[in-house]
Amino acid sequence: MKKIIITAGLLVSILFRTNAQSKTEESTDYEKRTLKVDEINFVTSYYHQEGDRSAVTGGIGTEKLSDYANSFDLKMSKYDLKNRLHTFNIDLNIDYYTSASSDNIDPRTISGASASDVHFYPSISWSVKNPKNRITQGLTYSFSTEFDYNSHGFTASWAKASKDNNREFSIKASAFIDKATIILPIELRTGTTGSGRGGSQDTRPRNSFTAAFSLSQVINERFQVMAIVEPSYQEGFLSTSFHRIYFTDNTEGIEKLPGRRLKLPIGLRANYFFGDNLILRAFYRYYMDDWGMKAQTVNLEGSYKITPFISISPYYRFNHQTAVDYFHAYKEGSPTSAYYSSDYDISGMNTNFYGSGFRFASINGVLSMKHLSSVEFRYGHYTRTTGMVANIITMALKMK
Amino acid sequence: MKRFKNALIFALCIFSLSSCMSVKEYQKSRINDSEMELAARKAEKFETSFYLYREGATGANGGKGSGGCGCN
Repeated sequence: MKKIIITAGLLVSILFRTNAQSKTEESTDYEKRTLKVDEINFVTSYYHQEGDRSAVTGGIGTEKLSDYANSFDLKMSKYDLKNRLHTFNIDLNIDYYTSASSDNIDPRTISGASASDVHFYPSISWSVKNPKNRITQGLTYSFSTEFDYNSHGFTASWAKASKDNNREFSIKASAFIDKATIILPIELRTGTTGSGRGGSQDTRPRNSFTAAFSLSQVINERFQVMAIVEPSYQEGFLSTSFHRIYFTDNTEGIEKLPGRRLKLPIGLRANYFFGDNLILRAFYRYYMDDWGMKAQTVNLEGSYKITPFISISPYYRFNHQTAVDYFHAYKEGSPTSAYYSSDYDISGMNTNFYGSGFRFASINGVLSMKHLSSVEFRYGHYTRTTGMVANIITMALKMK
Repeated sequence: MKRFKNALIFALCIFSLSSCMSVKEYQKSRINDSEMELAARKAEKFETSFYLYREGATGANGGKGSGGCGCN
């Protein structure tokens, strides 16, 4: 929490500087073609979970984990000589987490290297919108690194809006070229093999390819909907090397999952504006994959505008999923099976997530800060039928 | 599978609604409200991330569906 306060303080001081500098700037027609900052978003959150079915200890043992996450994204744009709008986005994300279950990879140490870590994942994107043909094209590169994993992501997108701007069709193709470091539970290591220090022989590739198709439609002045289909294919090392499994014959192994996975999620969004003060946001998703999992997710959020500047947004999310074919609880799996896992994240369960957001927004600035266009606080409580409980608190600032 | 078919039929009905009207730009004050955006809010960013780790079903929600993290 202290880190969140310090980061928020720094951001506010930067904001005051930006505010002071902007007073000397005057907008002219000429400046419209120069690169300008459209929006800056800062999001910070604290997440904490507790439970007793950790995959690191074979489906038993603590799942205690805390995560401090921060995100800073900068959106800039400029028009070129052909009046096309170029948008540039820089997104920096950093998480610091502590995990008691990861520390149990090597429980003999007082505090192992995996007990806490930093996950850094920046991305940069560029898109061009042509007002003549209403086509937007874009490219994104993303990078992610943490103690046992790193990733390079490439995305290309294309979207076309209808003449009246009431309908848009978009396609997005992504490839993630990832590398996982093999870190075995301490009792299963031989020499340096499986310690994560064995160099390239201790890493395995994991590649993901995703295509997202979406169609949005304005139905009337108050109602709009969107359908999304996002098939994805993964190949490579899809297991987690430090997930233990204990078999029916009391022997121990590590998680073993197939080297390929095909996922097919289909999502629907519908937003409706009731009267002058109430917005209902609804989301539904059906999911299936070739590991045998089927899932349905429903998310409902009502946003009530208490005044034109203040809104409250209670929400509820429900998720139901069936277990993958390879899931076995503690000492229920057979060592002769082709694949097995005791990871409760891919077990059959229901989850409930509810909470509320409070949002302050004003075109003249919030808290006397001209560029601070909105401040939002959210709190959510999450429960799983596997016994895991989590809480998350978030603060989001938007500057324009 | 039956539920999936029902969802698909519902989606097709929505998109084939003859009552879809051509809404003019000056009639979009409500549609353009920032809370009417057909995407997850910025403030939901880290909630979307933890679903990715804590649940097996991913994608079609505007967030990352797979890849780029130690989850699968």
